[in-house]
Amino acid sequence: MTAARRYADGAVELAVPACLIVLVGVLGGFMAPGTEEDFITALVAVTIVIALHVFVGNSGVLSFGHISFVAIGAFAAGLMTIPAEIKPTLLPELFPFLAENDVGNVPSLVLAAALGGLFAALVGVPLMRLSGLAAGIATLAVLEITHNVLRFWEKIGPGAKTLSLVPETTGLFQATVGALLAATAAFLFRRSRPGRKLRASREDPPAAQAVGIDIHRQRLLAFSISGALAGFAGGLMVHQLGSITTEQVYLDLTFLTLAMLVIGGASSLWGAVVGALLVSFLDSFLLNAENGTDVLVAELTLPTGSSTVILGVLMALMLLLRPSGITGGREASLPFLRPARSAPPPPPGTTRTEAERPERTVLDV
Amino acid sequence: MSVLQSILDGVALGAVYALVAVGLALVFGVMRLINFAHGELITAGGYTLALTAAFPRVASVTITVLVCIAVALLMERLAFRPLRNASPTTTLVATFAVAFALQGVWLIAFGPEGRTADVLASLNRRAIEGDLDVRWITLAMLGVGGLLLGGTALLLGRTTIGLQMRAAAADFRAARLLGVRADTVISFAFVLAGLLAAAVAILLTAQRPLVTPTFGLEVTILGLVGVVVGGIDRIGTATLGGFAIGFLTSVLGDALPADERVFLPSFVFLLVIVVLLLRPTGLFAPPGKSAVERV
Repeated sequence: MTAARRYADGAVELAVPACLIVLVGVLGGFMAPGTEEDFITALVAVTIVIALHVFVGNSGVLSFGHISFVAIGAFAAGLMTIPAEIKPTLLPELFPFLAENDVGNVPSLVLAAALGGLFAALVGVPLMRLSGLAAGIATLAVLEITHNVLRFWEKIGPGAKTLSLVPETTGLFQATVGALLAATAAFLFRRSRPGRKLRASREDPPAAQAVGIDIHRQRLLAFSISGALAGFAGGLMVHQLGSITTEQVYLDLTFLTLAMLVIGGASSLWGAVVGALLVSFLDSFLLNAENGTDVLVAELTLPTGSSTVILGVLMALMLLLRPSGITGGREASLPFLRPARSAPPPPPGTTRTEAERPERTVLDV
Repeated sequence: MSVLQSILDGVALGAVYALVAVGLALVFGVMRLINFAHGELITAGGYTLALTAAFPRVASVTITVLVCIAVALLMERLAFRPLRNASPTTTLVATFAVAFALQGVWLIAFGPEGRTADVLASLNRRAIEGDLDVRWITLAMLGVGGLLLGGTALLLGRTTIGLQMRAAAADFRAARLLGVRADTVISFAFVLAGLLAAAVAILLTAQRPLVTPTFGLEVTILGLVGVVVGGIDRIGTATLGGFAIGFLTSVLGDALPADERVFLPSFVFLLVIVVLLLRPTGLFAPPGKSAVERV
C-alpha cells in the first residue's frame, strides 16, 4: 500500500462519518421543531457513543461506567450555567462556591469535559489494572456510586429533585459541532501511537507486553480521553434538555448506549456513529408513535411501553442478523477505493495481510 | 437493634441473593452468557403471583414456577440459541435487548404503578415472641434457600444431567465431543434458572408485595455483582459471592447511622471495587491461579 493511498484511506475514515454527522445536522434544520429535537438527541447520542468507542473499541474492555462521566458533565455544566441570582432559592443546600458562581455556555462545556476526564483518570488508576468481567463489574460499581452520591448529596447538586432552569443552548449547530469534535478526537486517537499500542494490547495482551507496551498506561490514557468526551457529551445533553434528573443518566442510558455501540460495531468509529444514529432515530420515532404520530398517510398511536418492546426486539434482531455489528467493526471506506486494497492476492501459504483481516470484534469478557 | 437480629436478617437476605447467584452462574457456566434478562424471569414470577392471587396458594405457586420456566426456555430458544457462536459482548447486549423488550411488555400489560402480589403476605408475621424479631418470611427465606441450594448441589453432584452440566461448564467443546448434548444441558440450565427465579419472586413478594416493571432488575444487578466478586467460574464461589453481597447489604444497612443510610449503595460498591482489585478472579476462588496473563 502506497503512502498516498494510506493517507487517502485515513481521510476517508474520518470524512465519511463526519459527512454523515453534518448531513444529520443540516437535515435537522429543515424539520419541524419537534422533529428537530430528535435530530439533536441523535447527535448527542453520537457524541456519547463515540466517547464509549474510544475506550471500549480500542481496548476491548467493556465499561458500564461511562454514563457516570456523562452524569458528572451534565450536572456540572447544568449547575454552573444557572444564573447565580436564582441558584440559592432553587438549591438552598449548595456549597457557597457552587452557588455564588456561574459561567457561560462554552466554558461550561469545557468544564464538563475537564471534570469527566479528571474523574475518569482518578478512578482509572486502580480500575485499569482489571480486565474482562472484573473490569465490567468494577466500572458498574463506579456508576452506582456516582448515581448514589449525586442523588443524595444536596451540597453538590439537586439531589433527588430535577435540576431545572438550565439554559437550553444546545441547538443543531452546537450538537453537530460537538459530535464532529468527538469524531475527530476519536480518529486522531485511533491513529496515534498510544491508540495503536492500545489496539495491539487488545489483539494480543501477552505479545503487546512482550514488545514493551505498558497496557495499564495505555488503557488509562484512553479511559481518561474517553471520560472527557463523555463529560463533554453530558454538557451538551443538559443544555439540550434544560433539566435533568439522576435517573436519566443511569442504567437505561448505559444499556442503550452500549447497545448502540455493539449494534453499530464496537471497534470502529464508523460503527459507533452508524449504531448511535440508527438506534437513536428508531427510539425517537417509537417514542413519538406512543404519543401519536403521522406515518406516511395513516396516524399511528402505540400504547405506552410498546416503544421499549419494539426497540428491544429490533435490537435483538439486528444482533441475530449481524452479530459483529452493522459495520462489522470496519472503518468506512469508499467503494472505488476498495478493490485496490485487497489486491494483489497473497501467495498461497502466507498469512493474510493486515488490511484484509477483519477487525477483531470479540471483546475481552 | 441487636447484633444477632442484624446477622439473622443478613443471612436471610443472603440466602435470597444466593438463589439469584446460582441462577446466573448456572447459565454462565454452560453458555458463558451474562444474563441481564434473568431479572425479567423474577419479574414475570412476581406478576404471575399478582395475577393468581385469587387462586389457592398451591395453585398460585405452581403456576408461577411453570411460567418462570416457560419464559426462561422461550428466552433461550428465541434470543440466545441463535447467538450461541457470537462474541460474548454481542450476547451480553442481546440480554439487554431481551430485558428491555420484556420491561416494555410489563409496562403495557400492567402499567407503571405496579401490582400487589400478596399471596404469601401472611408470612410477614412474627414467628417467635420475644426481643428477637423472627418473622415467618425470614424462616422461609432460610428454609427455601437452603433447600434449593442443597437440591442444586445434589443435582449437579449426583445425577447424569448434573455431571453433563459440570462437564459443559468446564469445557463445552470437549463435553460435546464426548456425547453431551448442547441443547439439552443449556435448556436444562435455563429450566433451573427459571425455577430459582420463581423462588426468588415468591420470597421477595412475601416481604414486599409491590411488583413494578423493574422489580427483578435491581436484584439481578446486585446478584451479578456478587457472582463476579465471589468468582463466576465456579457455581460454589458464585453462590458464596451472592450470599456475601446480600448479607453485607443487610448488615451494613443496619450498622450505618440513619442519616447516612441513603449512601449504603456507595459503601457496598466501594467495597466491591476494593475486593475486585485485590482478588480479580473472585474472592472465594482458589488462590494460585494468577490473574496475570501468560502465554
